[in-house]
Amino acid sequence: MRVVVAMSGGVDSSVAAALLKEQGYEVIGMMLRLWSEPGKEGSNRCCTPDAMEMAKRVAGRLKIPFYAIDVREVFYDTVVKYFIDGYTQGITPNPCLVCNRTIRFHILLERALAFGAEYLATGHYARLRRDDLSGIVQLLRGIDTHKDQSYVLHVLNQQQLSRVLFPVGTLTKSEVREVARRINLPISDRPDSQDLCFLAGDDYRNFLERHIPQNLEVGNIVNLDGVSLGTHRGLAYYTIGQRKGLGITSKYPIYVLKKELESNTLVVGEEGYLGQRQLYTVNNNWISGKQPEGSFRVQVKIRYKAREAWATVRPLGDYQTEVIFDEPQRDITPGQAAVYYDDEMVLGGGIIAIDKE
Amino acid sequence: MELQRIYLDYAATTPVDQRVLETMLPYFSEHYGNPSSIHTFGQEAESAMENARETVAQILNCQPKEIIFTSCGSESDNLALRGAAFAARQTRNANHLLITPVEHHAVSRTAEQLAERHGFVLEYIPVDQYGQVQPDEFRRCLRDDTALVSVIYANNEIGTINPIASIGEICRDRGIPFHTDGVQAAAYLPIDVNQLNVDLMAIGAHKFYGPKGIGALYVRDGTPLIPTQTGGGQEYGIRAGTSNTPYIVGLAEALRLANEDRQQRTSHVQPLRDLLIEHTLAQIPDSQLTGHPQQRMPNHASFVFKGVDGNALLMMLDVEGFACSSGSACKTGSPEPSDVLTSLGYSNEWALGSLRVTLGIQTKPEEIDTFNRHLPGAVQRIRQLIG
Repeated sequence: MRVVVAMSGGVDSSVAAALLKEQGYEVIGMMLRLWSEPGKEGSNRCCTPDAMEMAKRVAGRLKIPFYAIDVREVFYDTVVKYFIDGYTQGITPNPCLVCNRTIRFHILLERALAFGAEYLATGHYARLRRDDLSGIVQLLRGIDTHKDQSYVLHVLNQQQLSRVLFPVGTLTKSEVREVARRINLPISDRPDSQDLCFLAGDDYRNFLERHIPQNLEVGNIVNLDGVSLGTHRGLAYYTIGQRKGLGITSKYPIYVLKKELESNTLVVGEEGYLGQRQLYTVNNNWISGKQPEGSFRVQVKIRYKAREAWATVRPLGDYQTEVIFDEPQRDITPGQAAVYYDDEMVLGGGIIAIDKE
Repeated sequence: MELQRIYLDYAATTPVDQRVLETMLPYFSEHYGNPSSIHTFGQEAESAMENARETVAQILNCQPKEIIFTSCGSESDNLALRGAAFAARQTRNANHLLITPVEHHAVSRTAEQLAERHGFVLEYIPVDQYGQVQPDEFRRCLRDDTALVSVIYANNEIGTINPIASIGEICRDRGIPFHTDGVQAAAYLPIDVNQLNVDLMAIGAHKFYGPKGIGALYVRDGTPLIPTQTGGGQEYGIRAGTSNTPYIVGLAEALRLANEDRQQRTSHVQPLRDLLIEHTLAQIPDSQLTGHPQQRMPNHASFVFKGVDGNALLMMLDVEGFACSSGSACKTGSPEPSDVLTSLGYSNEWALGSLRVTLGIQTKPEEIDTFNRHLPGAVQRIRQLIG
């Protein structure tokens, strides 16, 4: 049976390919060539020439064919544009979700199927379980709770999940490294990074300065009473919950509470005002393909690295939900995803909205 | 079940003929002397090398001392261009270079560097829609200060054969050195340098069932040439470096066989090639043959398919067991249309969907049948791809 593995040159996808090969699959390696800023191709996190060389060497070692797929144009048009547009709209976008939905598990998956593969495999730390009764493929957390990447996979639908494999999801990172050592894979141990690939290790603010200088308009910083405390450098520079770099002196630590796009105002206040119990989400995806009927109790994760918190989720129709937490949550950030977990199973998730739409 | 792989990329490289390999083997560990040495070991090696040179000279219809062994076709092209250009500047203050827009990069990149970094004036000889030079038009491009003319004999991407003899005649009348890149041509076309009226001609052994890593440059006696690689006095002082005896022997044997079997090889590949072209153009909508319909390499078929991602097509064909090539031999996945196709006026929509299928003496009729049955479906599947 033929499988395409999305290879990045890193240890996770390399081991994924090796495991599938050991299991007797006919494995084909593919690497997405994503967009980089002109002149910065050498530092794009996931597809530098170095990474490509590494992936090629791994493929050579495993004796599997390897192809690079150029998606630079469509990556820019969807993922990078989404990132830039998000900041101009006053949110903190998560472009990896868009990449997974429109590039990795859409264009690459389609390419894999067109090449006669049954599955597309990636090096994500997540697991799949087919429910024999319903035939539904469930998405579960990876065994390694520190590495779990199910958060960024909540955008996948049944059609995609039924054609996907996550070979390292049942392993811990150290087990993955062990496999790499055992079969002597030529892996350079790059530190894991949470940076966005196309930022090339740069601060996102510098990227925005280069791409949307016109949207970085200086404005007022006010407290909850509307009293002006200073000026900000452009709303896109700030994230909800941010404390450093506000340039305001105060007796108590103060935090970014809200970004008011229309008046170009940054609202700040003391920590006590940061917590919220309620949020709204849009563009929800339900892993099962069906929106649950009525409210349900789940744990909700509001950022990739946030701790889950108990909440009641109420579907509002039109792919929207209202989420009420048991306890107030800090750092609820419009643009990031709220992902719903029933224990180890992902039910779905949506994008946190600025307000109820 | 192991996939039956069909190799259809003989213009990229060919397998070494068993007979060629056998003539090479004694010169690795048995007769390993350095041809430059005085002693018997050296003399044995030198004798083998000079026999090889004589064989090559006979086939090219020239004197042995006009054959310079190099490491490959690209090196031969580099030596010809740089060596002749600098010599022409020195001897007659000529700074004008003429090449075609459909040269192999070994020629075009070298000429570009001579222009950009060394002050030569580079101009391009116009070619027609098939990438062919018309001698009458070419005549008008020549100047008194033209240092060198270089025209590819048979194009690697589109297979078109140029009227080398006529171009050479025009150059000779004007006393201007004429180089041709004969790397593709040597496998099938006549390479008598006197009939071709060339002063310089590059060949590389691995295109005609010889080993990789060995080439030769024909340099007509009296053609001014400044060495680009200096050192010991090997190759008449034109190309320094310890002589690569086994590979030189291999090149000569491969060329001897190619020359001997020329007719037979051509009549093997050409009808199969014609079937492939006919079938492809008939079965695949929005397809075109690139290069000249008749005056092309007998083993060479090249196409463009409208709205097809050529790289994706190559990958799909490879996965399904067919090894082919595109115009823009690119493995890093960047979809740049080839210079050659662009210069012939193909829009990106066509030029990005290029496919080169080149046959060889091992190609079986069944393989072409299988390929013919397979290709239309593959192109169709690629056309349905998103993104």
